[in-house]
Amino acid sequence: MAKIELNVDGKAHSIDADPDMPLLYALRDDLGLRNPKFGCGLAQCGACTVLVNGEPVRSCVTPVDSLAGAKVTTLAGIQTDGKPHKVQQAFIDEQVPQCGYCLNGWIMNTVSLLEKTAKPTDAQIREALTGLKCRCGAHVAMLRAIKRAAQA
Amino acid sequence: MNMNLNRRSLLTGMGALTVSVVLPGASARAAVFGADKRPALKPENLSSYISVNADGSAIGYWGKMDMGQGTDLGVAQMVAEELDLPIEKVTVRAGDTATSVNQGGASGSTGIQMGGTALASAAAEARFQLVAMAAQHLGIPADQLTVNDGVVSAKADPSKKVTYGELIGGRYFDTQLEWNKQIGNGLFVKGQGQRKPVSEHKVIGSSPKRRDVPPKVLGTGDYVVDVKVPGMLHGRMILPQVAGSTPTAVDESSVKDIPGVKIVWRKGFLAVAAPREWDAIKASRQLKVTWSEVKPPFVGNKGIYDYIRHAKVQKRGVEQDDGNADEVFKGAARIVEAVYEWPFQSHASMGPACAVVDFKPNGESTVWTGSQKPHYARDGAAKMLEIDPETMRGVWVPGPGSYGRNDAGDAVADAAIMSKALGAPVRMQGMRHQGTGWDPKGPASIHTVRAALDKDGAIIGWDFHSKGFSRVDVNSNESELHDTLAGQLLDVPLKPTLAFNVPEESYGFKAKRKSWETVQPQLDRASPLRSTHLRDPLGPQLHFASESFIDEVAFATNTDPVAFRLKHLTEARDVAVVKTAAEKAGWQPRTAARKQVKGDIAHGQGIAYAQRSGTRVAVIAEVEVNLKTGKVWGRKFTVAHDCGIIINPQTLSLTIEGSVTQGLSRALHEEVMFDDKNVTSVDWQTYPILDMTEAPESIDIVLINMKNEKPTGAGESAMRPLAAAVANAIYDATGVRLRQAPFTPERIKAGMA
Repeated sequence: MAKIELNVDGKAHSIDADPDMPLLYALRDDLGLRNPKFGCGLAQCGACTVLVNGEPVRSCVTPVDSLAGAKVTTLAGIQTDGKPHKVQQAFIDEQVPQCGYCLNGWIMNTVSLLEKTAKPTDAQIREALTGLKCRCGAHVAMLRAIKRAAQA
Repeated sequence: MNMNLNRRSLLTGMGALTVSVVLPGASARAAVFGADKRPALKPENLSSYISVNADGSAIGYWGKMDMGQGTDLGVAQMVAEELDLPIEKVTVRAGDTATSVNQGGASGSTGIQMGGTALASAAAEARFQLVAMAAQHLGIPADQLTVNDGVVSAKADPSKKVTYGELIGGRYFDTQLEWNKQIGNGLFVKGQGQRKPVSEHKVIGSSPKRRDVPPKVLGTGDYVVDVKVPGMLHGRMILPQVAGSTPTAVDESSVKDIPGVKIVWRKGFLAVAAPREWDAIKASRQLKVTWSEVKPPFVGNKGIYDYIRHAKVQKRGVEQDDGNADEVFKGAARIVEAVYEWPFQSHASMGPACAVVDFKPNGESTVWTGSQKPHYARDGAAKMLEIDPETMRGVWVPGPGSYGRNDAGDAVADAAIMSKALGAPVRMQGMRHQGTGWDPKGPASIHTVRAALDKDGAIIGWDFHSKGFSRVDVNSNESELHDTLAGQLLDVPLKPTLAFNVPEESYGFKAKRKSWETVQPQLDRASPLRSTHLRDPLGPQLHFASESFIDEVAFATNTDPVAFRLKHLTEARDVAVVKTAAEKAGWQPRTAARKQVKGDIAHGQGIAYAQRSGTRVAVIAEVEVNLKTGKVWGRKFTVAHDCGIIINPQTLSLTIEGSVTQGLSRALHEEVMFDDKNVTSVDWQTYPILDMTEAPESIDIVLINMKNEKPTGAGESAMRPLAAAVANAIYDATGVRLRQAPFTPERIKAGMA
């Protein structure tokens, strides 16, 4: 066990944890956050995605002691002044999710994509999101929402 | 009229004084109507379905749940309609054994069709009772009253009015309904209140927004994986490398460095738990276990169709046999025949199953589950705990999507064993390899289809026969221990159900037989290939065969596939979906594969249609096949869908989109791989599903709103004909007839070679 400092959604935390433990378990079990989900533990699906210094990272394979000085942002932390992020708003407007278990990956990667490419083409969106999984098949609704967010 | 003045409150409460002085037109609060406590949760009590809050809003209690298709919102709309309330004033509470009776959970796309219809009927009675109360309160006969947005007023003088909240807000209906004595999907209740005519609908047919979407998108909603109970331990199952093998020795010292670790070992059941989740995972990987030597049980996925072909038949079912098919085939001028094969498929839910059980031997135990059938899952947990189910509460909390009997019910049984053994609340969650490798599977099957033609090429006989694993080797109802993995690991006597289905269509072939045979599983106990319901139990495989074969026969008789269907379909609504889809998609008639090629890409268009429990759907797929790589892109889909009266067009459309996309994934990618020892599809690399780069460009949906027909299910209908539409489109593009799913590049290249 080691003492580990984390900065998550703008708050500083200090936890005692196994340094090899993936960040996901620190977020869920030590910090009590609900939204990053365990999907595979193998970085194959994206359900656990958070932003680390603005970049999407699979928290299920990120050792918790690798985040010294880093800013971790979760799905619940991307709102500003209580207002949904424009990507979240577009996902709400398009009524995208079915079960919604996969959303962390899609929304966080889209946030990152739109930071870099404000008006992505259809092909750029698909390429940016390749590898993420959605079992309910909300892909087409997601494409609509992402294009809506890019227009917002 | 059965008025519901409550005697107890008349005699004992302040309300007695109030009611005694109520005069026509008086504005005194009429809180004496109804009961001050919710009557017992029994199917015949109106209060079991509907209650009115103090502010006049209403709650519908629904003994099913919604997996994210918005069915609960549809039910709220049906209740709001009958209560004459705006949708904003109606909420639905679902899937909690403490608040709703067992309406079967999510099952067979009956959420609206049966569950919603029962609640609408109860709501109609609630409105009837509320108007009767208002009649008494206002001193005006009920037939001279009208209701608008929860306010009952005199037709002649709108100033004479009373609200639902004033009548019974915060109290409970204490009248009864006629109950059809069924529990589960078939439950229906009826009172004196009549449902509204369609012409008066305001809420049904509109598209209010789902209430579960913002919390999901904002990351503020709870899922079953988020349930935390004080003192809760985290557990993980340990399952064998060779299916059928059981632990013979467990070395406790191998995990003694892990804080607070506990081991539970009973016969084939082995699991670990620890206060910290990561420690439980480490322990599950680190624990040294010796396993029994067993003969590897499986033939491997490559040999599965030969296995089925030669396997002994367990049960045979003939579900339709009209017009002496055998004689007709004997006298046929020509017989067309084809055999289609469909593999095992996994639910592969986004997250492996999770459940929390808090066993309290001397109090109320609780199970939190993402199961589709929380009432039955509670019954199963109680059985595992050996307690009266009435002393246990089942609470549904959203889980990762499930599309039939996935691994959720297994996690419930695991958690029950662990909580009882350890004397603490236990949260069990699978790892990915367990979620994909060990979930109950959609069964593999072979379908042999024959058509008898006379000398003029007319179809005189049709014979559809399936042979495969039962669709309910483990029943989708999770209330029995033998239907759970843990129950089977504990050696409970097995009780598989032997059942299959047949295609649902209205083709008017004179001699027509539809039959099936089930075969023995390769491993009958605690198998990673236990077969069960997977979204539209057997629909994709049955209609892959039947609707591919319709195209084969159409081309064999020099007929366009759409024209062939229109010629033989006998029900007008079926004709309508086929015609509508064809018109919308710009169907181009053909009597042979068109093989339209530009560069390396072949373009094709294919149609398929199906019925499903009253719903009718036609799908036209437009695909691109890369002739070099064999890769298929399902570029565009056109769906014509008729599920009777439409409750919420937006949630319906989104549900259909999901079905199309998931169906496309299953058609192109999904096949559970296994060797002789175990399932080897254990993650998203070894069980790939549709990627965003392969998502359709568009899904055009035409909703046919049959306002005078009852609502029927929509959760699974569009998936039924999807694989056949894709296969028929691939044929149109390439001339390759695929009779084995999924339609992988290897199979397409092999077909073109």
